[in-house]
Amino acid sequence: MTFGDKMRRFFRSEQGVGMMLVSPTALYALLLLAVPLVAIFVISFWTQTGVRDFDTTFTLANYKEALTDPLYRQLMLRSLMVSGLVTLITVVLAFPIAYFVSFGVKPEHKSLWIFLITIPFWTSYLIRVFLWKVILGYNGVLNSGLLAVGAIDEPLSFILYNVNAVIITLAHAYAPFAILPIFVALEKIDRSLLEASRDLGESRTMTFLRVTLPLAAPGVVAAVLIVFIPTIGDYVTPRLVGGPGGLMIANMIQTQFLRLNNAPLGATLAVLAMLIVAVIAIVFMLLGNKAAGGNTGGRRK
Amino acid sequence: MKSLKSYAILYLIFLYAPIFLLPLFAFNSSTVIAFPLTSFTTEWFTTLLTLTEMHGALLNSLKIALTSAVLATILGIFAAMAATRYTFPGQRGIMGFIMLPLVLPEIIVAVSLLIVILRMGFNTGAWSVIAGHTLICTPFAIAILQSAFASLDPSLEEAAYDLGETPASTFRLVTLPLVMPGIISALLISFTISMDEFIIAFFLTGAEPTLPVYLFSMMRFPKLLPAVMALGTILVVLSILLIVIAEFFRRRGAKRAGLKDTGGFL
Repeated sequence: MTFGDKMRRFFRSEQGVGMMLVSPTALYALLLLAVPLVAIFVISFWTQTGVRDFDTTFTLANYKEALTDPLYRQLMLRSLMVSGLVTLITVVLAFPIAYFVSFGVKPEHKSLWIFLITIPFWTSYLIRVFLWKVILGYNGVLNSGLLAVGAIDEPLSFILYNVNAVIITLAHAYAPFAILPIFVALEKIDRSLLEASRDLGESRTMTFLRVTLPLAAPGVVAAVLIVFIPTIGDYVTPRLVGGPGGLMIANMIQTQFLRLNNAPLGATLAVLAMLIVAVIAIVFMLLGNKAAGGNTGGRRK
Repeated sequence: MKSLKSYAILYLIFLYAPIFLLPLFAFNSSTVIAFPLTSFTTEWFTTLLTLTEMHGALLNSLKIALTSAVLATILGIFAAMAATRYTFPGQRGIMGFIMLPLVLPEIIVAVSLLIVILRMGFNTGAWSVIAGHTLICTPFAIAILQSAFASLDPSLEEAAYDLGETPASTFRLVTLPLVMPGIISALLISFTISMDEFIIAFFLTGAEPTLPVYLFSMMRFPKLLPAVMALGTILVVLSILLIVIAEFFRRRGAKRAGLKDTGGFL
């Protein structure tokens, strides 16, 4: 059989058709995602010399600067802390909602609940963040409202242009992200397992802790990742409600690229942020799988 | 469950509270966004009519969203068909990579595209925003279309083949009409995402701003804040309308395939 025959046979096979069908989309992702990501990695080892010109000699100077300058380190640590806290808050607040929709809502009403929860997510992120700025401001909706009803004597000032405001706003924006994966995991739980646990004499609480929670673990892990990864690179929220003390690493990346015209340093910060997120995500996934697998001895599909 | 239900309702109120404030202040005559409300006015909506720069941004956004939605849906159809109907080498890795923009921070997508475009000597513009938006909309289109293709009964296509149709005509006559609700849903969702997207547009739009980029520049001027609220109201109402229509089509598709509805796009 010649090479041509082999090729022809492959492209008529199930695998070949699959490959051909996926190739336009895969090629698009390759050109517009993989190539740019590699480019940003390569450029992080270069030096900027002009508006669009680079000195392409390999250097680690950017990494040295990014890791030793206290400003960058502070921004990176703050980003990690903010997205860690936001993740914790959203997942803890979301779990009861997911549990309620999965176990407490009639099957025919479940999709309506989920739809209601996801609607705000589809509206403009920029507008939602801006609204928080309007709500939390010194003369804002919250303060003016509380003053009008006499709950406070003077406006609260600790709620805007600081890290608190960033955390509140992000926790609000990412709430639906956390609910959906947990809901999906809870929906997959075989209800007869819970009955079995009750029949064998476990209390409601113990059944929840020893059966429901471990089986929901994959959903919780997914929720954590789906909130943690994008929030660390959030630009709009710290920019609009963070003030100078609430800025995060994405703001510095933007400054390096668009204001200071130092693309290599911006690229370095982006690479480092992605690297840190990836490491944390992988460690967390391994821990999560262990927790889920260790308690139940195998998961239902 | 009772206390959980009241918690869930409180949570929904928290989710919707900011959005409900939009129309409240968009129709409020005071130039300051604060309580108590003063009186009803539609002045801020008429202000929008006078902002000619905004009209250019709106047209630009519509053009970008329409193109991105069509491109993302076409790319989505290919990938969703491949993933649901066929198995091929490296499937998990390839599909995982295509879906990556779902979790990747948008700023990473934005700066990496920007650097490549500038390095290749091109100028940014509407085309580069379209390129970026197609990339981030495709995973959403795939998620919707995958369930549409998965619920399709393969025996219908086999019947068409047996009756002498070619793969192309079978796709046009049998497959396409059956997954049409999914396609419409994917188009609407992608359009909404592109219309509302800010970061990628902010980095890649060049001299002609999109509507969110223009809105962002408006936010710096306290005088324009009521107009921001008015424009925000229009955009949010439009988004919700499109999403409700998309959900309607998605459900109709699921119903047509005889599936039990499990809710949600994702």
